[in-house]
Amino acid sequence: MSKVRVLVGTRKGAFILTSDGKRQNWDVSGPHFAGWEIYHMKGSTADPNRIFASQTSGWFGQVIQRSDDGGNTWIQPGTPPGEPTTGPGGMPKGESNKFVYDVSKESGKPLTTHQFYDGTQHPWEFKRVWHLEPSLTDPETVYAGVEDAAIFRSTDGGKSWHELAGLRGHGTGPRWQPGAGGLCLHTIIIDPKNPKRIFIAISAAGAFRTDDGGTTWRPINKGLYSKYIPEPTAEVGHCVHRIALHPSRPDVLFMQKHWDVMRTDNAGDSWQKISGNLPTDFGFVIDVNANEPDTVYVVPIKSDGEHFPLDGKLRVYRSKSGGNEWEELGKGLPQRDCYVNVLRDAMAVDSLDKSGIYFGTTGGQVYVSPDGGDNWAPIVRDLPAVLSVEVQTLA
Amino acid sequence: MIRVILPPHLRGLAHIGSGEVELEVAGQPTQRSVLDALEARYPMLSGTIRDHVTQQRRPFLRFFACGEDLSHEQPDAPLPDAIASGVEPLLILGAIAGG
Repeated sequence: MSKVRVLVGTRKGAFILTSDGKRQNWDVSGPHFAGWEIYHMKGSTADPNRIFASQTSGWFGQVIQRSDDGGNTWIQPGTPPGEPTTGPGGMPKGESNKFVYDVSKESGKPLTTHQFYDGTQHPWEFKRVWHLEPSLTDPETVYAGVEDAAIFRSTDGGKSWHELAGLRGHGTGPRWQPGAGGLCLHTIIIDPKNPKRIFIAISAAGAFRTDDGGTTWRPINKGLYSKYIPEPTAEVGHCVHRIALHPSRPDVLFMQKHWDVMRTDNAGDSWQKISGNLPTDFGFVIDVNANEPDTVYVVPIKSDGEHFPLDGKLRVYRSKSGGNEWEELGKGLPQRDCYVNVLRDAMAVDSLDKSGIYFGTTGGQVYVSPDGGDNWAPIVRDLPAVLSVEVQTLA
Repeated sequence: MIRVILPPHLRGLAHIGSGEVELEVAGQPTQRSVLDALEARYPMLSGTIRDHVTQQRRPFLRFFACGEDLSHEQPDAPLPDAIASGVEPLLILGAIAGG
Protein backbone atom coordinates (compact mmCIF):
# COMPACT_ATOMS: atom_id res chain seq x y z
CA MET A 1 0.00 0.00 0.00
CA SER A 2 1.24 3.46 -0.78
CA LYS A 3 2.39 5.76 1.95
CA VAL A 4 3.69 9.26 2.29
CA ARG A 5 6.59 10.73 4.22
CA VAL A 6 6.44 14.45 4.96
CA LEU A 7 9.74 16.17 5.74
CA VAL A 8 9.33 19.26 7.88
CA GLY A 9 12.11 21.72 8.60
CA THR A 10 11.56 24.13 11.50
CA ARG A 11 13.36 26.80 13.46
CA LYS A 12 14.29 24.28 16.13
CA GLY A 13 14.71 20.94 14.44
CA ALA A 14 13.36 18.51 11.84
CA PHE A 15 10.26 16.37 11.99
CA ILE A 16 9.19 13.46 9.82
CA LEU A 17 5.49 12.71 9.48
CA THR A 18 4.37 9.43 7.95
CA SER A 19 1.02 8.02 6.99
CA ASP A 20 -0.57 5.50 4.70
CA GLY A 21 -2.32 6.52 1.52
CA LYS A 22 -5.43 7.66 3.36
CA ARG A 23 -3.40 10.42 5.01
CA GLN A 24 -5.62 10.48 8.08
CA ASN A 25 -3.51 8.91 10.83
CA TRP A 26 0.04 10.12 11.25
CA ASP A 27 3.20 9.07 13.03
CA VAL A 28 5.48 11.91 14.07
CA SER A 29 9.22 11.46 14.43
CA GLY A 30 11.42 14.18 15.87
CA PRO A 31 12.80 16.55 16.69
CA HIS A 32 15.87 15.56 14.74
CA PHE A 33 18.80 17.97 15.21
CA ALA A 34 16.93 19.59 18.09
CA GLY A 35 17.73 23.24 18.58
CA TRP A 36 19.09 23.79 15.06
CA GLU A 37 17.37 25.53 12.21
CA ILE A 38 16.50 23.06 9.47
CA TYR A 39 16.02 25.18 6.40
CA HIS A 40 15.20 22.31 4.09
CA MET A 41 15.06 18.54 3.75
CA LYS A 42 14.43 16.68 0.54
CA GLY A 43 14.48 13.04 -0.51
CA SER A 44 16.05 11.65 -3.65
CA THR A 45 13.63 10.37 -6.24
CA ALA A 46 16.36 8.01 -7.44
CA ASP A 47 16.68 6.52 -3.93
CA PRO A 48 13.76 7.57 -1.72
CA ASN A 49 15.46 6.42 1.47
CA ARG A 50 18.20 8.96 0.86
CA ILE A 51 17.29 12.30 2.38
CA PHE A 52 19.44 15.41 2.50
CA ALA A 53 19.02 18.03 5.23
CA SER A 54 20.32 21.55 5.60
CA GLN A 55 21.09 22.09 9.29
CA THR A 56 22.14 25.63 10.02
CA SER A 57 22.73 28.08 12.80
CA GLY A 58 23.60 31.71 13.21
CA TRP A 59 26.09 30.58 15.83
CA PHE A 60 27.68 27.51 14.34
CA GLY A 61 27.27 27.86 10.58
CA GLN A 62 26.22 25.26 8.05
CA VAL A 63 26.01 21.49 8.43
CA ILE A 64 24.81 19.04 5.81
CA GLN A 65 23.18 15.84 7.02
CA ARG A 66 22.19 12.78 5.04
CA SER A 67 20.04 9.80 5.86
CA ASP A 68 20.17 6.57 3.87
CA ASP A 69 17.35 4.87 5.75
CA GLY A 70 14.43 7.21 5.32
CA GLY A 71 15.30 9.51 8.18
CA ASN A 72 15.84 6.99 10.98
CA THR A 73 19.56 7.71 11.26
CA TRP A 74 21.71 10.53 9.96
CA ILE A 75 25.33 11.10 9.08
CA GLN A 76 27.31 14.03 7.92
CA PRO A 77 28.51 12.89 4.50
CA GLY A 78 32.24 12.46 4.58
CA THR A 79 32.31 11.48 8.23
CA PRO A 80 30.68 8.04 8.37
CA PRO A 81 30.76 6.33 11.76
CA GLY A 82 33.70 4.03 12.33
CA GLU A 83 35.91 5.38 9.59
CA PRO A 84 39.07 7.41 10.15
CA THR A 85 38.18 10.96 11.01
CA THR A 86 41.07 12.47 9.15
CA GLY A 87 42.06 12.24 5.53
CA PRO A 88 45.45 12.19 3.84
CA GLY A 89 47.79 14.70 5.41
CA GLY A 90 45.82 14.68 8.63
CA MET A 91 43.18 17.11 7.40
CA PRO A 92 39.86 16.64 9.16
CA LYS A 93 36.97 15.32 7.12
CA GLY A 94 34.55 18.12 7.67
CA GLU A 95 34.25 18.98 4.02
CA SER A 96 30.54 18.28 3.78
CA ASN A 97 30.00 21.51 5.70
CA LYS A 98 32.27 23.44 3.41
CA PHE A 99 30.81 25.80 0.84
CA VAL A 100 33.51 27.92 -0.74
CA TYR A 101 32.80 30.17 -3.70
CA ASP A 102 34.75 29.10 -6.74
CA VAL A 103 37.36 31.67 -7.69
CA SER A 104 39.67 29.25 -9.45
CA LYS A 105 41.13 30.13 -12.84
CA GLU A 106 39.77 26.96 -14.41
CA SER A 107 36.09 27.16 -13.58
CA GLY A 108 35.50 30.03 -11.20
CA LYS A 109 34.61 33.67 -11.32
CA PRO A 110 36.11 36.60 -9.43
CA LEU A 111 34.39 37.08 -6.12
CA THR A 112 33.06 40.56 -6.69
CA THR A 113 30.27 42.28 -4.77
CA HIS A 114 26.51 42.49 -4.74
CA GLN A 115 24.23 45.31 -3.75
CA PHE A 116 23.56 45.61 -0.02
CA TYR A 117 20.40 46.85 1.71
CA ASP A 118 21.67 50.43 1.76
CA GLY A 119 22.58 50.40 -1.92
CA THR A 120 26.31 50.08 -1.38
CA GLN A 121 28.31 47.17 -2.72
CA HIS A 122 28.99 44.30 -0.31
CA PRO A 123 31.31 41.30 -0.51
CA TRP A 124 29.88 37.85 -1.18
CA GLU A 125 29.74 35.90 2.11
CA PHE A 126 28.47 32.35 2.50
CA LYS A 127 25.82 32.11 5.22
CA ARG A 128 23.61 29.03 4.81
CA VAL A 129 21.95 26.53 2.50
CA TRP A 130 18.32 27.41 1.82
CA HIS A 131 17.36 24.61 -0.51
CA LEU A 132 18.62 21.14 -1.44
CA GLU A 133 17.54 19.62 -4.74
CA PRO A 134 18.56 16.01 -5.37
CA SER A 135 19.14 14.88 -8.93
CA LEU A 136 16.14 13.15 -10.46
CA THR A 137 18.26 10.21 -11.61
CA ASP A 138 21.49 9.98 -9.61
CA PRO A 139 21.34 9.57 -5.83
CA GLU A 140 24.90 10.84 -5.50
CA THR A 141 24.15 14.20 -7.11
CA VAL A 142 22.46 17.01 -5.26
CA TYR A 143 22.29 20.78 -5.75
CA ALA A 144 22.31 23.40 -3.01
CA GLY A 145 20.96 26.93 -3.23
CA VAL A 146 22.77 29.15 -0.78
CA GLU A 147 22.90 32.61 0.76
CA ASP A 148 24.68 34.78 -0.43
CA ALA A 149 23.14 33.64 -3.66
CA ALA A 150 24.93 30.89 -5.53
CA ILE A 151 24.33 27.31 -6.59
CA PHE A 152 26.57 24.44 -5.54
CA ARG A 153 26.60 20.81 -6.67
CA SER A 154 27.77 17.65 -4.98
CA THR A 155 28.37 14.50 -7.00
CA ASP A 156 29.46 12.38 -4.05
CA GLY A 157 26.31 12.24 -1.96
CA GLY A 158 26.83 15.56 -0.22
CA LYS A 159 30.39 14.93 0.89
CA SER A 160 31.96 17.77 -1.04
CA TRP A 161 30.48 20.80 -2.80
CA HIS A 162 31.54 22.83 -5.81
CA GLU A 163 29.99 26.03 -7.00
CA LEU A 164 28.51 26.36 -10.47
CA ALA A 165 30.15 29.74 -10.74
CA GLY A 166 28.66 30.68 -14.08
CA LEU A 167 25.52 31.85 -12.31
CA ARG A 168 27.19 34.25 -9.91
CA GLY A 169 29.51 35.22 -12.72
CA HIS A 170 26.69 36.10 -15.04
CA GLY A 171 27.70 39.71 -14.75
CA THR A 172 24.58 41.08 -13.11
CA GLY A 173 25.74 40.19 -9.60
CA PRO A 174 26.43 43.79 -8.55
CA ARG A 175 22.71 44.46 -9.13
CA TRP A 176 21.49 41.54 -7.02
CA GLN A 177 20.32 42.64 -3.61
CA PRO A 178 19.07 40.85 -0.51
CA GLY A 179 15.42 40.66 0.41
CA ALA A 180 14.51 40.88 4.07
CA GLY A 181 15.48 37.24 4.45
CA GLY A 182 18.87 37.67 2.84
CA LEU A 183 20.30 37.28 -0.65
CA CYS A 184 19.14 33.72 -1.00
CA LEU A 185 18.95 31.22 -3.82
CA HIS A 186 15.82 29.42 -2.65
CA THR A 187 14.39 27.55 -5.63
CA ILE A 188 16.04 24.91 -7.82
CA ILE A 189 14.00 22.99 -10.37
CA ILE A 190 15.58 20.37 -12.61
CA ASP A 191 13.73 19.95 -15.89
CA PRO A 192 12.49 16.33 -15.81
CA LYS A 193 12.64 16.06 -19.61
CA ASN A 194 15.91 17.86 -20.18
CA PRO A 195 18.55 17.25 -17.50
CA LYS A 196 20.74 20.02 -18.93
CA ARG A 197 18.06 22.56 -18.08
CA ILE A 198 17.76 23.90 -14.54
CA PHE A 199 15.69 26.81 -13.26
CA ILE A 200 16.65 28.74 -10.15
CA ALA A 201 15.29 31.78 -8.36
CA ILE A 202 16.97 34.34 -6.15
CA SER A 203 15.49 36.91 -3.82
CA ALA A 204 16.03 39.59 -4.95
CA ALA A 205 17.57 39.04 -8.33
CA GLY A 206 14.93 37.01 -10.14
CA ALA A 207 14.76 33.76 -12.06
CA PHE A 208 17.59 32.27 -14.12
CA ARG A 209 17.92 29.27 -16.40
CA THR A 210 20.76 27.13 -17.63
CA ASP A 211 20.49 24.99 -20.74
CA ASP A 212 23.95 23.46 -20.52
CA GLY A 213 23.88 21.71 -17.17
CA GLY A 214 24.93 24.71 -15.12
CA THR A 215 27.90 26.16 -16.96
CA THR A 216 26.17 29.27 -18.25
CA TRP A 217 23.02 30.99 -17.05
CA ARG A 218 20.73 33.72 -18.22
CA PRO A 219 18.03 35.73 -16.47
CA ILE A 220 14.45 34.86 -17.40
CA ASN A 221 12.50 37.79 -16.02
CA LYS A 222 10.87 39.32 -19.07
CA GLY A 223 7.32 40.30 -18.22
CA LEU A 224 7.93 40.75 -14.52
CA TYR A 225 7.00 44.16 -13.17
CA SER A 226 8.27 45.19 -9.74
CA LYS A 227 7.22 48.65 -8.74
CA TYR A 228 9.56 48.60 -5.71
CA ILE A 229 12.76 48.74 -7.79
CA PRO A 230 14.01 51.78 -9.69
CA GLU A 231 13.43 50.18 -13.09
CA PRO A 232 10.31 48.02 -12.68
CA THR A 233 10.99 45.89 -15.76
CA ALA A 234 14.73 45.48 -15.18
CA GLU A 235 16.55 42.37 -16.35
CA VAL A 236 17.36 41.50 -12.71
CA GLY A 237 16.38 42.75 -9.27
CA HIS A 238 12.95 41.10 -8.93
CA CYS A 239 11.99 39.46 -5.67
CA VAL A 240 10.82 36.06 -6.85
CA HIS A 241 9.49 34.04 -3.94
CA ARG A 242 8.88 30.65 -5.50
CA ILE A 243 8.55 28.83 -8.81
CA ALA A 244 6.80 25.52 -9.51
CA LEU A 245 6.12 23.31 -12.49
CA HIS A 246 4.33 20.10 -13.38
CA PRO A 247 6.74 17.36 -14.48
CA SER A 248 4.72 16.54 -17.59
CA ARG A 249 4.96 20.10 -18.89
CA PRO A 250 8.26 21.65 -17.86
CA ASP A 251 8.00 24.64 -20.17
CA VAL A 252 5.06 25.90 -18.11
CA LEU A 253 6.19 27.51 -14.88
CA PHE A 254 4.17 29.22 -12.19
CA MET A 255 5.68 31.94 -10.01
CA GLN A 256 4.73 33.61 -6.78
CA LYS A 257 6.54 36.91 -6.82
CA HIS A 258 6.80 39.41 -3.96
CA TRP A 259 3.59 40.76 -5.41
CA ASP A 260 1.97 39.08 -8.45
CA VAL A 261 1.35 35.49 -9.44
CA MET A 262 2.87 34.81 -12.85
CA ARG A 263 2.98 32.13 -15.52
CA THR A 264 5.24 31.34 -18.45
CA ASP A 265 4.52 28.92 -21.27
CA ASN A 266 7.99 29.11 -22.80
CA ALA A 267 10.34 28.10 -19.99
CA GLY A 268 10.68 31.63 -18.71
CA ASP A 269 11.32 33.49 -21.95
CA SER A 270 8.29 35.65 -21.09
CA TRP A 271 5.85 35.82 -18.19
CA GLN A 272 2.20 36.87 -17.86
CA LYS A 273 0.35 37.88 -14.75
CA ILE A 274 -2.32 35.40 -13.65
CA SER A 275 -3.36 36.92 -10.32
CA GLY A 276 -6.91 37.30 -11.61
CA ASN A 277 -9.44 37.40 -8.78
CA LEU A 278 -7.04 36.66 -5.92
CA PRO A 279 -7.89 38.87 -2.94
CA THR A 280 -4.20 39.76 -2.67
CA ASP A 281 -1.42 38.47 -4.86
CA PHE A 282 1.32 38.79 -2.29
CA GLY A 283 2.51 35.46 -0.91
CA PHE A 284 5.37 33.03 -0.75
CA VAL A 285 4.35 29.50 -1.78
CA ILE A 286 3.06 28.15 -5.05
CA ASP A 287 2.66 24.57 -6.21
CA VAL A 288 1.00 22.44 -8.87
CA ASN A 289 -1.30 19.45 -8.38
CA ALA A 290 0.60 16.26 -9.22
CA ASN A 291 -2.21 14.90 -11.38
CA GLU A 292 -3.60 18.07 -12.92
CA PRO A 293 -0.99 20.29 -14.61
CA ASP A 294 -3.36 23.27 -14.72
CA THR A 295 -4.34 23.10 -11.06
CA VAL A 296 -2.26 25.57 -9.09
CA TYR A 297 -2.23 26.49 -5.39
CA VAL A 298 -1.17 29.66 -3.57
CA VAL A 299 -1.66 30.99 -0.05
CA PRO A 300 -2.39 34.71 -0.32
CA ILE A 301 -0.76 36.84 2.36
CA LYS A 302 -2.11 40.29 3.11
CA SER A 303 0.89 42.39 2.12
CA ASP A 304 4.63 42.76 2.27
CA GLY A 305 4.24 44.70 5.49
CA GLU A 306 1.69 42.36 7.06
CA HIS A 307 2.79 38.78 6.64
CA PHE A 308 -0.43 37.04 7.61
CA PRO A 309 -3.66 35.95 5.90
CA LEU A 310 -6.40 38.44 5.11
CA ASP A 311 -9.00 38.95 7.84
CA GLY A 312 -7.42 36.33 10.10
CA LYS A 313 -8.70 33.55 7.81
CA LEU A 314 -6.22 30.99 6.56
CA ARG A 315 -7.15 30.10 3.01
CA VAL A 316 -5.50 28.32 0.16
CA TYR A 317 -6.53 29.49 -3.29
CA ARG A 318 -6.76 27.03 -6.15
CA SER A 319 -6.95 27.66 -9.85
CA LYS A 320 -8.03 24.78 -12.06
CA SER A 321 -7.46 26.77 -15.20
CA GLY A 322 -3.77 27.53 -14.89
CA GLY A 323 -4.38 30.89 -13.28
CA ASN A 324 -6.61 33.97 -13.39
CA GLU A 325 -9.66 32.19 -11.96
CA TRP A 326 -9.16 31.25 -8.33
CA GLU A 327 -11.39 29.63 -5.72
CA GLU A 328 -10.87 29.90 -1.99
CA LEU A 329 -10.36 26.76 0.06
CA GLY A 330 -10.73 27.02 3.79
CA LYS A 331 -12.62 23.93 4.93
CA GLY A 332 -10.76 22.63 7.96
CA LEU A 333 -8.43 25.62 8.17
CA PRO A 334 -8.78 28.27 10.90
CA GLN A 335 -11.25 30.92 9.79
CA ARG A 336 -10.76 33.40 12.59
CA ASP A 337 -7.89 34.95 14.54
CA CYS A 338 -5.22 33.31 12.38
CA TYR A 339 -2.13 35.44 11.80
CA VAL A 340 0.54 32.98 10.72
CA ASN A 341 2.69 33.09 7.61
CA VAL A 342 3.49 30.33 5.12
CA LEU A 343 7.11 30.55 4.00
CA ARG A 344 8.31 29.95 0.48
CA ASP A 345 9.53 26.37 0.81
CA ALA A 346 6.65 25.26 3.03
CA MET A 347 4.21 23.76 0.51
CA ALA A 348 4.37 20.39 -1.21
CA VAL A 349 2.19 17.98 -3.15
CA ASP A 350 2.18 14.19 -3.18
CA SER A 351 1.49 12.10 -6.27
CA LEU A 352 -1.14 9.68 -5.05
CA ASP A 353 -4.28 9.25 -7.14
CA LYS A 354 -5.91 12.11 -5.30
CA SER A 355 -3.02 14.47 -4.94
CA GLY A 356 -2.36 15.48 -1.36
CA ILE A 357 -1.48 19.09 -0.65
CA TYR A 358 0.61 20.06 2.37
CA PHE A 359 1.76 23.30 3.91
CA GLY A 360 3.35 24.45 7.13
CA THR A 361 3.01 27.72 9.00
CA THR A 362 5.14 29.95 11.15
CA GLY A 363 2.72 29.02 13.94
CA GLY A 364 3.96 25.43 13.84
CA GLN A 365 1.01 23.80 12.13
CA VAL A 366 1.34 21.42 9.21
CA TYR A 367 -1.88 20.95 7.28
CA VAL A 368 -2.82 18.27 4.77
CA SER A 369 -5.56 18.05 2.23
CA PRO A 370 -5.88 14.46 0.97
CA ASP A 371 -8.29 15.49 -1.76
CA GLY A 372 -6.56 18.18 -3.73
CA GLY A 373 -7.54 21.06 -1.48
CA ASP A 374 -11.25 20.49 -0.82
CA ASN A 375 -10.80 19.48 2.82
CA TRP A 376 -7.96 20.24 5.21
CA ALA A 377 -6.84 18.91 8.57
CA PRO A 378 -3.84 19.59 10.78
CA ILE A 379 -1.27 16.82 11.01
CA VAL A 380 0.50 18.62 13.85
CA ARG A 381 -0.39 21.89 15.51
CA ASP A 382 2.44 22.85 17.80
CA LEU A 383 5.80 22.50 16.11
CA PRO A 384 8.35 25.31 16.07
CA ALA A 385 7.90 27.75 13.20
CA VAL A 386 7.89 25.76 9.96
CA LEU A 387 10.52 26.71 7.38
CA SER A 388 9.99 23.99 4.80
CA VAL A 389 7.73 21.10 3.87
CA GLU A 390 8.48 18.36 1.36
CA VAL A 391 6.64 15.13 0.75
CA GLN A 392 7.71 11.78 -0.63
CA THR A 393 5.18 9.40 -2.15
CA LEU A 394 6.38 5.89 -1.40
CA ALA A 395 5.25 2.64 -2.98
CA MET B 1 45.67 17.03 28.73
CA ILE B 2 43.57 19.94 27.56
CA ARG B 3 39.97 20.13 28.74
CA VAL B 4 37.39 21.77 26.48
CA ILE B 5 33.75 22.51 27.24
CA LEU B 6 31.54 22.89 24.20
CA PRO B 7 28.10 24.47 23.89
CA PRO B 8 25.22 21.96 23.89
CA HIS B 9 24.49 22.27 20.16
CA LEU B 10 28.02 21.24 19.28
CA ARG B 11 28.08 18.45 21.84
CA GLY B 12 24.96 17.09 20.19
CA LEU B 13 26.44 17.43 16.72
CA ALA B 14 29.57 15.54 17.78
CA HIS B 15 27.66 12.98 19.90
CA ILE B 16 29.76 13.90 22.93
CA GLY B 17 27.07 13.76 25.61
CA SER B 18 27.23 16.07 28.56
CA GLY B 19 30.89 15.85 29.53
CA GLU B 20 34.04 17.72 28.71
CA VAL B 21 36.33 16.85 25.85
CA GLU B 22 39.88 15.91 26.73
CA LEU B 23 42.53 16.43 24.08
CA GLU B 24 46.22 15.73 23.78
CA VAL B 25 47.99 18.70 22.24
CA ALA B 26 51.72 18.61 21.58
CA GLY B 27 53.79 21.56 22.75
CA GLN B 28 52.50 24.81 24.17
CA PRO B 29 48.75 24.84 23.51
CA THR B 30 47.20 27.72 21.62
CA GLN B 31 43.66 28.38 20.47
CA ARG B 32 44.64 27.18 17.01
CA SER B 33 46.33 23.97 18.15
CA VAL B 34 43.46 23.10 20.49
CA LEU B 35 40.85 23.70 17.78
CA ASP B 36 42.94 21.72 15.29
CA ALA B 37 43.01 18.81 17.73
CA LEU B 38 39.29 19.17 18.42
CA GLU B 39 38.39 19.13 14.72
CA ALA B 40 40.71 16.19 14.08
CA ARG B 41 38.91 14.19 16.76
CA TYR B 42 35.47 15.44 15.75
CA PRO B 43 35.56 16.38 12.06
CA MET B 44 31.88 17.19 12.08
CA LEU B 45 32.81 20.29 14.07
CA SER B 46 34.91 21.68 11.25
CA GLY B 47 33.53 25.02 10.22
CA THR B 48 31.24 25.33 13.23
CA ILE B 49 33.59 27.20 15.58
CA ARG B 50 35.73 29.00 13.03
CA ASP B 51 35.10 29.68 9.41
CA HIS B 52 36.35 27.02 6.99
CA VAL B 53 38.23 29.47 4.85
CA THR B 54 39.22 32.47 6.95
CA GLN B 55 39.70 30.45 10.15
CA GLN B 56 38.11 33.39 11.96
CA ARG B 57 36.14 32.66 15.11
CA ARG B 58 32.42 32.73 14.40
CA PRO B 59 31.08 36.05 15.66
CA PHE B 60 28.50 34.61 18.07
CA LEU B 61 31.06 32.38 19.81
CA ARG B 62 33.53 33.33 22.52
CA PHE B 63 36.48 31.61 24.17
CA PHE B 64 36.82 31.89 27.95
CA ALA B 65 39.38 30.47 30.37
CA CYS B 66 40.41 31.15 33.95
CA GLY B 67 37.66 33.75 34.27
CA GLU B 68 38.93 35.77 31.32
CA ASP B 69 37.70 36.39 27.80
CA LEU B 70 40.37 35.12 25.41
CA SER B 71 38.27 35.64 22.29
CA HIS B 72 40.37 38.47 20.96
CA GLU B 73 43.74 36.91 21.66
CA GLN B 74 45.79 35.91 18.64
CA PRO B 75 45.09 32.30 17.60
CA ASP B 76 48.74 31.37 18.05
CA ALA B 77 49.14 33.04 21.44
CA PRO B 78 49.90 30.56 24.24
CA LEU B 79 46.93 29.64 26.37
CA PRO B 80 47.25 30.15 30.15
CA ASP B 81 49.29 27.59 32.09
CA ALA B 82 46.18 26.44 33.94
CA ILE B 83 44.70 25.39 30.59
CA ALA B 84 47.91 23.72 29.45
CA SER B 85 48.07 21.71 32.66
CA GLY B 86 44.41 20.75 32.58
CA VAL B 87 43.58 22.51 35.82
CA GLU B 88 41.08 24.77 34.07
CA PRO B 89 38.96 24.02 30.98
CA LEU B 90 38.74 26.12 27.85
CA LEU B 91 35.13 27.19 27.52
CA ILE B 92 33.60 27.74 24.11
CA LEU B 93 30.37 29.63 24.62
CA GLY B 94 27.58 30.69 22.29
CA ALA B 95 26.05 34.11 22.67
CA ILE B 96 22.91 34.14 24.77
CA ALA B 97 19.84 34.88 22.70
CA GLY B 98 16.13 34.69 23.07
CA GLY B 99 13.88 32.42 21.08
